[in-house]
Amino acid sequence: MKIGSIKEKNKNERRVSMTPASAIQIIKLGHECYIEENAGLAAGFSNQDYIDAGVKVINNAKNMCREVDILVKVQPPTADEVSLLQKDKTLISFFYPGQSETLLNSINAKGSNVLAMDMVPRISRAQKMDALSSMANIAGYRAVIEASNNYGRFFTGQVTAAGKIPPAKILIIGAGVAGLAAIGAATSLGAQVYAFDVRPEVAEQIESMGAEFVFLDFDETQTDGSESGGYAAPSSPEFREKQLEKFTQLAPNIDIVITTALIPGREAPKLWLENMVLEMRTGSVVIDLAAERGGNCELTVPDQKILSENGVTIIGYTDFPSRMAAQSSELYSTNIRHMISDLTPEKDGVINHDMEDDVIRGATVCFGGEITFPPPPPKIQAIAAQSAKPIQKSKSELDQEKSELLAKSGKQQTYALVCGAILMLVIGAYAPSSFMQHFIVFCLSCFVGFQVIWNVSHSLHTPLMAVTNAISGIIILGALLQMGSSNLIITILASISVLIATINIVGGFMVTRRMLQMFQKS
Amino acid sequence: MSVGILSASYITASVLFILSLGGLSNQEKAKRAVWYGIFGMAIAVIATIFGPGFTTLSYVILVPLIVIGALIGKTVAERVEMTEMPQLVAALHSFVGLAAVFIGLNSAMGSHDALTKAELIIHEVEIFLGVFIGAITFTGSIVAYAKLAGRIDGKALILPGRHILNAAAVVISLILLFMYINTSELWTLYVMLFIALVVGAHLVAAIGGADMPVVVSMLNSYSGWAAAATGFLLGNDLLIVTGALVGSSGAILSYIMCKAMNRHFLSVILGGFGNSAGPAMEIDGEQVAIDGAGVATSLEDADSVVIVPGYGMAVAQAQQAVAELTRRLIGNGTKVRFGIHPVAGRLPGHMNVLLAEAKVPYDIVLEMDEINDDLPETDVVIVIGSNDIVNPAAQEDPNSPIAGMPVLEVWKAKQVFVSKRGQGTGYSGIENPLFFKENTRMFYGDAKASIDQLLTIIK
Repeated sequence: MKIGSIKEKNKNERRVSMTPASAIQIIKLGHECYIEENAGLAAGFSNQDYIDAGVKVINNAKNMCREVDILVKVQPPTADEVSLLQKDKTLISFFYPGQSETLLNSINAKGSNVLAMDMVPRISRAQKMDALSSMANIAGYRAVIEASNNYGRFFTGQVTAAGKIPPAKILIIGAGVAGLAAIGAATSLGAQVYAFDVRPEVAEQIESMGAEFVFLDFDETQTDGSESGGYAAPSSPEFREKQLEKFTQLAPNIDIVITTALIPGREAPKLWLENMVLEMRTGSVVIDLAAERGGNCELTVPDQKILSENGVTIIGYTDFPSRMAAQSSELYSTNIRHMISDLTPEKDGVINHDMEDDVIRGATVCFGGEITFPPPPPKIQAIAAQSAKPIQKSKSELDQEKSELLAKSGKQQTYALVCGAILMLVIGAYAPSSFMQHFIVFCLSCFVGFQVIWNVSHSLHTPLMAVTNAISGIIILGALLQMGSSNLIITILASISVLIATINIVGGFMVTRRMLQMFQKS
Repeated sequence: MSVGILSASYITASVLFILSLGGLSNQEKAKRAVWYGIFGMAIAVIATIFGPGFTTLSYVILVPLIVIGALIGKTVAERVEMTEMPQLVAALHSFVGLAAVFIGLNSAMGSHDALTKAELIIHEVEIFLGVFIGAITFTGSIVAYAKLAGRIDGKALILPGRHILNAAAVVISLILLFMYINTSELWTLYVMLFIALVVGAHLVAAIGGADMPVVVSMLNSYSGWAAAATGFLLGNDLLIVTGALVGSSGAILSYIMCKAMNRHFLSVILGGFGNSAGPAMEIDGEQVAIDGAGVATSLEDADSVVIVPGYGMAVAQAQQAVAELTRRLIGNGTKVRFGIHPVAGRLPGHMNVLLAEAKVPYDIVLEMDEINDDLPETDVVIVIGSNDIVNPAAQEDPNSPIAGMPVLEVWKAKQVFVSKRGQGTGYSGIENPLFFKENTRMFYGDAKASIDQLLTIIK
């Protein structure tokens, strides 16, 4: 199949959907790759880079659409691009079918197939194609960098001869992929980071990244993320009330707010209201990563940086990933490449658009002249539902249990000893004294053996067997003593025994030494 | 040499043997511990040779025998591949068994004039027991050797009415014992010897592949008891002590192995496997394959990797490749560790020895209990040629034949790669739901070829 990537028309879009590296991988799957002239320039990939990777360069989008079977893109197609599409050809790009019904209908009318990268289900197997996550990661990082650029103060606290520098206090609202990436970037710059999310189960992830979870004292049990495919669900009015109250309380002390709260298929919830912005100090920064969907901050203007009346910078850029075009192109093109690889299960350059496959089915919004959006729910849940926490036993209960166990084993031991003693008495009553002497030795040796062997480390069990093998060659003593017999058969049998016992002893010890020499510490 | 010095030598030898076994508690002490054993053995043998009751004629025969035996032992020990350790151990057990049989027979053929009536009975019982245990050890070990070496089919041989056969053999042996005590006729001993040889072979033949570690340690135990029985009939305390030490060592190993498989010792010994209590759980999903490049990419991206080797690694001789992969990953800054299940392989501690041979440092080779808690935080787990020991059915499916067996919880890791030859089930024939899990990818192919393929990509 021929796969082509065209230049993005949006002037703010610097990303490209195919890099030389991803092209090499796609070519390995048996496909041919095409790229529109200068498509990778803004992301730092020259036409020559592509040619070197074995990609054919085509001079314009029109020729491209005529040539290729699969068109890959970053942004949803423009009206012009839709008109170029043809029947039975496939488009892979971000699409947002929930918000762009007319676009969906117009493309469907053309009979093209569309795989929306933003519709890839959030299951483990599909993580490699989850472009929303890979882009959100970049956006989160970039948000911190933009914030730092506009904040104009240190992130990290210092005590210098010229005075004390307090650390920046950063609040991150929404701990999805972007939020967690932002926490990581901000903590590594030395800031004091607080993070909030409506899903209580992410508290652990937040803390693992080095931020403090803003705890909301609220009784209502939140639905955990497993029911909504790993995304947050809308919260109740009471919860929202409590949440805003908490934010208002925090606002005066926060220097930088990064909001990333999105609910699938809805407007972004308004979480950072005007009064909170007014509470913040002059010079503070609000970065709204949800600007594209209306913004989490009331004052956000999409695609713009504005200054509030009290001097707070509010940034509503929607092109954070594009601001790191080289990196984001690499990740996005890898997502695309994985998608194509799943579409080419045999690696023979033949596309198998398998609508039975959960991932492909989920991402497909148009197929064979029919709109296939929304997809049926995936067969597999994104995350396992939270299991009920096991009831912790109190310390006294544990102690009691322990002592009961101890008493039980003590009782068993007593019975065993009593039985053993009776058995010994019976044997002693009948057996001759010479036997009893040996018997004492035997019993003691068994005990010593048990005590000693319990301490042998698991990893040395094979050497243990080899060494016991060697020392059980001690049976040679018996054979030695019988060799002097005048009976020829006895002497012969004893001699054979000596021979094989020697093999045992020498072989056993030597192989043990060989093994033990191999064990070495790093 | 007087009897007193002989006894003193025996005491010294016993103490050295105990120290030798006790020294195996850690790798550093272990190297010294072997020398204790060697010195103990040397003292015991030399004291016996120069002790009372040893004739000049004997020296003439003895020296060449010992030289030949030592040469054979040395050659075997130097040539054996570490993957062949289970066979070697089984073969050496059979020698002890055979020697015990010979010594028992010799003792029966010798004169017992000096004994009182009671002592004679005890002596005859001792001979009988020594020969019986020795014979079972002998044929059992030979069958185990043949199974482990692949000379005969490793599957359990299930004869109809095998329990009755075994019981009958024991009953007949008991009757023969009474006849022997009463008549001192040697033929009863020979008949019993024959029965014991058959029983030994049959017992081990009935035990299947995955239970082999138990069998080997059980035979280890038997060889010890055989030596102890020989000690009784010769009235030699050193033999008794050593036999008892070895016997209890083998018994403990068997116990540990059984516990690791959540099985009762008796049910392992009686053989047969796979009688499930009900229908197995339905498994959803499919086995998704992945190629070397995909595995390599994940490995390069991972911060922590846990490798779970099994018998498949030993069969494919992949330990060197695995070790090289480990070195490269560690060189890239990845945290690599190994998770070893107690019954991985065909011998207790088998995997540890293989990895040590490939120069994997032992402090990154961890036991199941040490690694299980870390698995949820692990990025990538590679399962190489193991199956039942990573089977989640042990925890999830109460009807599974291995329900309740402690397993390595690899499915809790973020990503699991299973290197496996094909889609078939493992030795025990149990379907493994791990292969169908969301985060599992199947990396089909011979373990060594697969890892070598990774090595061409990961530098």
